[in-house]
This record gives sequence, structure tokens and C-alpha cells, in this order.
Amino acid sequence: MSRIPLVVVIVLLYALHQDFWFWRTPHPLVFGFLPIGLFYQGCYSVAAALVMWLLVKYAWPAHLEEEVEGSQSQEDTGA
Amino acid sequence: MIPAIVVFIYLATVLYIGIFAFRKASGGKKAEDYFLASRSLGPFVFLFSLFGTNMTAFAILGSSGHAFTNGIVTFGLMASSSGLVIPLTIFFIGTRVWALGKKYGFMTPVQMFRDRWECGHIGTVIFVLQAILLIPYIIIGIMGGGTTLNAISGGLIPYWFGGAIVALVVMGYVFFGGMRGTAWVNTFQTILFLLFGAIAIIVIGTGMGGFRSAAQAMLASPAFAPLLTRERISPLYFFSYTFIPLSAIAFPHILIFCLTAEKMNHFKKTVIFYPLCILAIWLPCVFLGVMANRVTDVPQIRAKQEARRVLATQGKAMTPEARDDLREKAAGDDVILLLLQRYAPLWLAGLLGAGIMAAVMASDSQILALSTMFTEDFFAFYGGKRRFGEAVQVQTGRLFIVLITMVAYAVALRAPETIFELAIQYAFSGFAALSPLLVAALFWRGSTKWGALAVALWTAMAVVAVAIYQHAVPAPAPGPPIVSWSISGLDVISRTPGGTAVFGFMPVVPMVIVSALLMIVVSMITSKPQQSTIQKYFPQG
Repeated sequence: MSRIPLVVVIVLLYALHQDFWFWRTPHPLVFGFLPIGLFYQGCYSVAAALVMWLLVKYAWPAHLEEEVEGSQSQEDTGA
Repeated sequence: MIPAIVVFIYLATVLYIGIFAFRKASGGKKAEDYFLASRSLGPFVFLFSLFGTNMTAFAILGSSGHAFTNGIVTFGLMASSSGLVIPLTIFFIGTRVWALGKKYGFMTPVQMFRDRWECGHIGTVIFVLQAILLIPYIIIGIMGGGTTLNAISGGLIPYWFGGAIVALVVMGYVFFGGMRGTAWVNTFQTILFLLFGAIAIIVIGTGMGGFRSAAQAMLASPAFAPLLTRERISPLYFFSYTFIPLSAIAFPHILIFCLTAEKMNHFKKTVIFYPLCILAIWLPCVFLGVMANRVTDVPQIRAKQEARRVLATQGKAMTPEARDDLREKAAGDDVILLLLQRYAPLWLAGLLGAGIMAAVMASDSQILALSTMFTEDFFAFYGGKRRFGEAVQVQTGRLFIVLITMVAYAVALRAPETIFELAIQYAFSGFAALSPLLVAALFWRGSTKWGALAVALWTAMAVVAVAIYQHAVPAPAPGPPIVSWSISGLDVISRTPGGTAVFGFMPVVPMVIVSALLMIVVSMITSKPQQSTIQKYFPQG
């Protein structure tokens, strides 16, 4: 998968943290008690977890593990 | 007294975990085993201990206290931004540091910097700066322990004795258990945090007669309704706070923790679940902190609200000292404790008190990190390991743990807590400003040791400058800031009630940006490390 959509998603998520649209209002109170600004930021944390899942699934730096395994097998051979 | 007994059982448990970890260790003679648990932590312990390491007393006590005064903005400022930035830095930086540690045996960030940029003494400068920025955390941990035990026991356990008990317990399990003991204790503590949030919100919510009526009552009150919005915080200030979580990966204890994973795959769960763990702990604490404003039958909470009201209405006519005194009286760091005392049954207050103690005792990994840094970056680097051997190095690390804990306890008894709370504020900005070091070392072939030195010196200067400025210009009363320097009507530097603003931003923003620019400019005009060294870090380039 191309990395560009992931970069766009991360930048977008960072920008969405500035939810100025809920800045001055507590309404609606979600579940009757949770101000919308707090509810939004809670949902934002869930969205962050989803983006992390995408990163792990599509951009995992597997080459680092391979390099470590390569260097360890070289050491073992050398020993 | 029952809550205090439950807390003592908790303290005995964590001490036992440390000693049990000592028995599992390989005789305690190998530095890598003692300081990094032989790089063998599994996925579950790695996730919870890394998270627990990053959750200081602020996560429970400070977050609810901040929300009590400032409202729901606390979650967006400190929690949700961390939920994005911290796992991102673990993903991009933590995994790379882990791989380099496995390949080349690094045990501290400074070891990596010394190797990456072929520098010795510049590494020592970074070590000294990191150590100075880290020490206030250890002191505040002991202070928090003393204060919390005193509060939980209803004043039966004096502050000095509570602080001594906490210092001894933390020192005990870090001394015996090293990284393995610290990681296991942190895992246990994180589970307690998570249980704490869920139980506290149910117990307090039921006690208050449900949150719906409390929220409606707050909405109806002109004094409290703004706490359910963010209208008292400027968007620039809110944006600035997204730079603060950059500090997490630059904290030596967090980066050293990244070296303890057995496999790189263990980072996957940590990265994904980190935002959810933050949500689970911070959302209840922030919400309860806000709702504490509706508790009318707890005299201490009423006194805090009254202090806040006087500060807002009469603060401008007061002396800076009188304002500081009122700020201290209005601070809400103990509102969660007060809510538990009011609404939780005694036995449950004890369990929840143990959860709070778990948060307060987060200084363990900082103590261990300082010991690791001292023995690796100083003792070993300047020939101690070569002359005396690895077993002596480990014993030196243990001796250092005892000394640093004793010094921290002595300071905690004498110095006022506010000094160290301020120092921690500066430390967050300082470590955030050091984060370009890691990005440059790991992602930019052209970075040099002179660029790294420039970043370290700039960070030290900026932290000192902000501290001096805030000391020289006392915080104004709530309302407009004091403008100290403006150009053509544009406010450059202002003293705000909560700190300092540079062009309306928190100082961390220019600190990080200038750090990054210095790294780029200075590296471009200075000589690079040898090609073989660069090749070591960028084999695919």
C-alpha cells in the first residue's frame, strides 16, 4: 500500500484535534451528561487507535526486524 | 484507618514483586539483565509497563485537579493529543531505537548519540541535561507519596513518614528488581489505574445521584457552565499543547523502556492500545474533576471554589504573593481524594487509594533510568566498567539508586512542592525541545554532533530563560496577560496567569521549532561523521 494516504490520514487527524466548531458550546450533552467537546475528544482517541492500527498493518517497518535477525545470525555464524 | 491499611498491603505487594523479580534475575551481575531485563519483556508487560511508566501522579490527581479549575479542556489538552503523538513517536522512533539497541547493544539514548555522531563529551552534555530535567520528577514523586498517605490516613501518618515509606518501597523494588521488577510493578500499577477509573466513576456517579442532574445544574450556573466548554482557553494555547507529548519519547526512561521488548512485534499492541488506555484513565478523571464543582457538601471543595472566585474578582488588586497563595488554595489536586472520602465506602476508598498511590509512585522508572544513565553514560564511558568489571557496574547502579532516593527525600522534606511542580512544567518543554535529536539521529544522514550540541545548549538556555522570566514577572490575575515585549502592536512575549506566551503560543512551540532549525543549519555547515558510521545507521541508503 502506498504510504501517501497514511501520511494524509495522520495530518488530517492532527488537524481534527483543533475542533474549534465545538469550542464554545456544551450542547448537545451526549447520554444526557457528557458535553459534546469532551465526547468529541474521547472519539478522537478511538480514531487515533484506528489510525495506529492502519499504520501497524500497512506501514510496519519489518525491515528493521530483518536487519536485527540478519546481524544476530551473522554473530552466531561468527561465533 | 482502613484505607491506610489497604494502601500498606498494596505497598507490601509491590515490594514483594520487586524482590520476586530479583529472584528471577540471573544473579544480578549482568548489566543488561539488571538495567534492561535482558531485553526480554513480553507484549503484555511491555504495553502496560511502558504506559504505566508514562503515567505519573498527574494522570489521576493532576488531571482531575486541572479539570476542576479549567473544565473539559483538560482532556483535549493533555490526553487526546498524547493519544496521537506518543504512539506515533513510539512507532517511528521507539521501534528504530529498539532495533539499534539489539544490533549494537545500546542501553541508553546517549550511547546511541555518541556512536551515531562520533562524539564523547557532547554526549556527556546531553546526559547532564537529561539528568537535571529528570530529577524534579523523583522529588515530586516522594512529595506526592507523603501527601497522599497523609490524606488517605486522615492525617494519622505525617507527611515526613509517608514520604519516607514511599521512598523506601520504591527504592526497595528498584534496587532489588532492576528493570524487571520495575516493569512488573508498573504493569500491576497500570491495571490498578484502569480499575480505578471505572470503579471511581460508578461509585461517585451513584453517590452524586447520577451525572445527568449534576451536568444540568452546572449548565444552569453562570460560574460553572463555562467549565463544560473551552471558551476560557485560546485555540493557540490548545494547539501549543500538541507539542508537549513530543517530550515522551525524549524522556530517557521511556526510550530505555523501548529497549526492553523481546521482539519488535510487541510494539504493535502498544502503539494500537496506547490511545485507548489514555482514554480509559483520563476521561473518567477529567469528568469527575469537572463534576466535583457540583459537590456542595464538602467544605474543602467549597473553600477551593471560594479561593478561585476571590482570585478572579479581586486578584488584580492583590500582591503577587497573595495571588500565589490563593492559587494554591484553589488548586484541585486532591479533589478525587475528597470525592472518594465523601462517596466511597471505607474499604473501597482503600482500594481506590491504592490506585492513587500507584499513580503517585511513578518515579521508579525515572530512578532506574538515572541509575542506568549514570553507570552507562558516565561510569562505563569513563573507564569504570573496564577497570572494575560488570558486577561492580551493577553494584554502582544499585548504590546510585540508594543515594539518589536519599537525596530526593531530603530535598522533598525541605523544599516547597510548587518549585518542583514548576520544574516539571519546564522539563516537559525541555524534553520536547530535545526530540529533534532523535529524529535527526535516526532519519537524517546529514546530522552532526555540532548540530546535537546546538540543540542541547539551546534547550538548556531556553528552559533557564523561561524560568528566570516567570520568576521576574509574577503571574497576573485571571484575565488579560502582561505584555512584556511587543513589536508594532504584535505581542511577542507575555506573562499569562498559567505561564508564558510567545506570539500567543506556549514556549514549547518556539523551543521545538528553533531546536529543529538549529539541528538543520548547524549540521549543514559542520563536518559529517565517517561514511562507515553513516552506513551503519542507514544501510539501505
